[in-house]
Formats: sequence, structure tokens, C-alpha cells
Amino acid sequence: MQSFDLETEGLRKLNVSLHAQSNDTNQTAWEITNPKGSHAIAVGLDAPIEVTVLGPTGYYCGGMNKQATVHVKGSAGPGVAENMMSGKVVIDGDASQYAGATAHGGLLVIKGNASSRCGISMKGVDIVVHGNIGHMSAFMAQSGNLVVLGDAGDALGDSLYEANLFVRGTVKSLGADCIKKDMRPEHLEILKCLLAEAEADAKPEEFTRYGSARKLYNFDVDNASAY
Amino acid sequence: MTNKPDNTIPRTVPIQSATFSNPVNAEIRRAAATGIYDIRGGGSKRKVPHFDDLLFLGASISRYPLEGYREKCETKVTLGTRFASKPIELDIPITIAGMSFGSLSGGAKEALGRGATMAGTSTTTGDGGMTEEERGHSNKLIYQYLPSRYGMNPDDLRRCDAIEIVVGQGAKPGGGGMLLGQKISDRVAEMRNLPKGIDQRSACRHPDWTGPDDLEIKILELREITNWEKPIYVKIGGARPYFDTTLAIKAGADVVVLDGMQGGTAATQDVFIENVGQPILACIRQAVEALQELDMHRKVQLVVSGGIRGGADVAKALALGADAVAIGTGALIALGDNDPRWEDEYQKLGTTAGAYDDWHEGNDPAGITTQTPELMKRFDPVEGGRRLSNYLKVMTLEAQTIARACGKNHVHNLEPEDLVALTLEAAAMARIPLSGTDWWPGKPGTNF
Repeated sequence: MQSFDLETEGLRKLNVSLHAQSNDTNQTAWEITNPKGSHAIAVGLDAPIEVTVLGPTGYYCGGMNKQATVHVKGSAGPGVAENMMSGKVVIDGDASQYAGATAHGGLLVIKGNASSRCGISMKGVDIVVHGNIGHMSAFMAQSGNLVVLGDAGDALGDSLYEANLFVRGTVKSLGADCIKKDMRPEHLEILKCLLAEAEADAKPEEFTRYGSARKLYNFDVDNASAY
Repeated sequence: MTNKPDNTIPRTVPIQSATFSNPVNAEIRRAAATGIYDIRGGGSKRKVPHFDDLLFLGASISRYPLEGYREKCETKVTLGTRFASKPIELDIPITIAGMSFGSLSGGAKEALGRGATMAGTSTTTGDGGMTEEERGHSNKLIYQYLPSRYGMNPDDLRRCDAIEIVVGQGAKPGGGGMLLGQKISDRVAEMRNLPKGIDQRSACRHPDWTGPDDLEIKILELREITNWEKPIYVKIGGARPYFDTTLAIKAGADVVVLDGMQGGTAATQDVFIENVGQPILACIRQAVEALQELDMHRKVQLVVSGGIRGGADVAKALALGADAVAIGTGALIALGDNDPRWEDEYQKLGTTAGAYDDWHEGNDPAGITTQTPELMKRFDPVEGGRRLSNYLKVMTLEAQTIARACGKNHVHNLEPEDLVALTLEAAAMARIPLSGTDWWPGKPGTNF
């Protein structure tokens, strides 16, 4: 286990050390102490390492992650795991705005609640939120899966493309072009796998699926009020 | 008995309304028939105060000129010296602006890279990500970081030479983009992670930050990911150049890219292009003022774009305080866009060479703004690259010619004092004396 005190050694040294790890590194376990809400912790990683952050993080923790597992034992600030390509980011607490924004792949697990715009413009990532999510989540979400064990706020899935949204609780309102959809066997299978990987205590059958009505995919003046 | 017209009485001459002109009426009829606003490419077509309204004074008794073929006039420029450990070094102060693969063909992007590299300058990606053709043929490639994040990935971030965070664009400050379904080929769809054939909307603001304080943190993240090596540009449209430049500097930008309303877009509403944003002439001095007040002029470099056509425009932009310029529309014309050789086909599309701007429809006869294989075959990237290189070199020679005439041994030594304005508007916007006077509207200490 490599231990790194962020307060004394600084952000630059941390990210340089983590970027220096390669696919065959034997320094796979890293522990970061005293994060104290710092921004850009463990960003741009590209190695199969496990980074545990002991405390809350600021903006963009785990941003653009590839391969690595980043585990925050606290809450995360805005844009956690933004544009993640692969790997896994786990937040034990709550996550602020834009969690998983534009992420292409990997798994983001938020064990608390996520604020507004969770999964905005997501492009293939899987996101599992144990609690609730805020308004405008999955706005312009392109692909991937957003799983919410709690409730969703206003305008869920506004201007959605091909992402799947699964909500166990209530949805305050759906955004433009987002509709309730049938849950088919393949969706139950996706849910089963994601819930297990996210250590979430819920059954796939308890969820409702939402997706795109695909009515805004090509401009039509008769839909002008929806734009 | 019949009433014959009395030809001896003078008749009222038919007068067209200046307000409801024929083009205006045609647009009303088009809107009524289709129910959709006009979408087009390019920048503002309206006549606005521009570099044409400025003149250089040249040498005189107090300023002696440099010999054109004997005395050196340097053109090199370095961008990104503030924080980046690997600044961009260019041979000429003219760069290629961001234009997306998707709006342009792969061959056109390759030609931009080839031409820029031959001329010793940089080219820039656009919405939709980085293509191999572009990276492979561009010695210096700037990677745009856009609100849509189409094609955005950390590998490309690491293999670019600089990062340009796009906040705004001159053609549409405050607007996003639209790539209509006709141009969404399999390859474009795959790069953007969206289904083929659907309209692809590009967001108008970034998904994971809002405001200058967030931008500072976003820049920190990008620097950390790229180990503080890459210069970080911030591109703004010509909306509030004084404040936006100030805020970009505060947020940690290495370079500010300022784009006026004449700057082109791949596809946006005509009403947006013609009615939002300011001419580049009105923007430059405000941005320079912001840089000077923060003691950052020449430390944070300023790149300006929007209507740069030739070396005189380059020289005038530099004289007003820019470090470099960027060209987009001019580069496309050099490649062959809107060339009269395709006039017959432009006519079939209901337009004419020089006016063709329906780039979003993908029917470009020149094979540049299209993803249709048959049309793309018409465009030769090698020949296109050579033409662009020639154009860039001519512009550079022209700028050097003017700089030498003003007695400058580097184009960056051009200064506002070398200029006069032909119109009151240009004088006010550029803060340059009206020709024949020592005054401009708004000059400190004067009452106007």
C-alpha cells in the first residue's frame, strides 16, 4: 500500500505519481489522506490501480479515468468521474452536480445522493445511485445506463438520446422527449448485473425504465414547443 | 368609348421598401412555407466596420522603412508561455481555426493539417473529436474542448499540442451547434456516440462547469491530466471581450482566442449569425485593454479571428495588439470552397459561387463540407494542402511588406500608432484616430 498525504505532498506530486503507474505496475494500492475537498484528485489515470481517498473531494475527482478504481470514503464535489472512459469510481457519501458528466465507460457508484444533472451528456457510462438524484439528470444523455434506487427530480432525461434510465422511486417530472418504457428481459439482466456490481440492495423488478421517445431526433416545426 | 391612359401625366415610379426589401420578403415567404428558421454556414454577411476601414501610415521622416528584400522582418510567434512547459512555437502568426470533422470531410481536415504544417503553423480540431488524418498530418494540433464533448477522450488530450476550451464562437456567442442528419455518416456517428442520421445538437455551455470560478478549476484539471505541458487556450466569442478576457486570464488561460461575428460556423440559424455578437474590429482593443490592465499583454497571448482574409488584415490585427490570428473561411476558400469552377452545380442548388452556405446539407460540390463519398472524391487533400500553404505564405509576405514599410523588424512591432481610420465608426471601435485628425470618438479627454 502506497500512502500519500495530500496536505503535505501536494496535488501535482500525487497526480505525477499516479500517472507514472503502468499496466504492469506492482504498486496497485494507493491511499490518499487529508484530501480536504481538494480539486482534481486522481485525474487522468490510466493503469489498473486502486486509489482510496480518505475524506471528501472537490471538483472532478477521478476525471477522465481509465482502468483505475477510485474509491472516495466521503462525499465528492462537482463533476466526479467526468468523461470517465473505463474503470470504476465509488463515492461512499453524496455527489454534487454533474456526476459522471459525458463519461464514455466504466462504472460510477454513488452510495448517497447525487445532485442535479447527474449523468448529463453521458456517452456510455453506467451510473448507480443508491439514493436520490436532482433535477435535469441525464440531460442529453447519449448512451449507457443510469440506475437510481431512490427518487428523481424534475425534468429527468430531457432531450435524451439512447441512454437507459432506471428509477425505483418516484420521478418528479420527465423532460422533453423522455417517456416511460417497457422493461424487457435484457433490461432486467442489465439491472441485475449493475446492482450486484454496485452492492445495491434492490431487485430489478422494482424499477421503471425511461428512455427516448425519439420524436426530437430530427427537427420538426410541429414539435417547436418542446425545443 | 374607351379610357386610354394619359401618357402625358408623370407616373409614380415603383419604389421597393428599404425595410421590407426583396431579400427580407423572400425570407418571410420561405419561413411561411417551411415553418423553420434558416440554417446556414459561414459568418455574418452583413457589412460591418472592418479592417478595410483602417489604413497604415507607412514610413516618414520620423519612421524609416526596412528594405523589402534585404532587411529581415520576423514572423515567429510563441503561444502559451504563461504556465505551459511546452509552449507552441509557430513560424507565422496565422493559425487555422477549429473546424470539425463532420462538418468537414476527412480529406479536408487532412488538407488543413498538411497546409498548416508546410507553412509552419498550427491547425485545430473541432466538435466531433480528433481524426487520425488530422493528427497525422498536423505538426502542431490544437485540441478543442467543447461543450458537447463529442469524441472527447484523454488519449487525444495527451497527444495534442495545446488545448482550446471553447466558451464561445463569434458566429454565435451563446449558441450551440447543429449537425443535421444528412451529414451523420457511420464514421461521424461512431465518433460522436450517437445514432446515424439524427440531428446532432451541440450544447451551448459546458456540462460540468459554469462561471469563471469553475473554469479555473476546469483548467486545473486539464493541466493536471496533461502534466502542465500543454498550453491552454480559452476561446470566446465577440460578446463582452473586455470582461471575458479579464475572466479568462483570472481563470488561468495561457492564450485567449477572440472570435468576431464574421467568423464562420458549420451550421447555425441565420438570425443568430447576423444579430448576436460584435465585429472583430470592435473587440480587439477591449481585449488588449484587459490584458494591459492586468499586465498580461504579450504574457497571455491573444489570437483573433473573424474575417481575416489577407496579409493586411493580419498586420492590422497585430497592430491593434493581437499576437496571432486564426483563419477559417479563408482557409476553406483556399482549399476550393465556393470556387466558380463548380458554378453549374451551385446553380442547381439554387445558389451561386461565393454565396453557397448550405454546408449543413452535405451537398458541397467542392467536396469539402460533405460526408458524401462521391463528392469527397473530388477533393484532393495533397493539392488542397499545397494551396492552403501557398495562401498562408502569401498572407505572411503581405504582412511583412506592410511591417517593413512601417519600419518594423518583427510583425509584432506593429502598433496602433501605425494606423488611421477611414470612418468614425472604425475610429471609435479600434480607438484609432480618424484619418487627417488626431481624434477618435471616445478618446480620453475629449467631449464626444
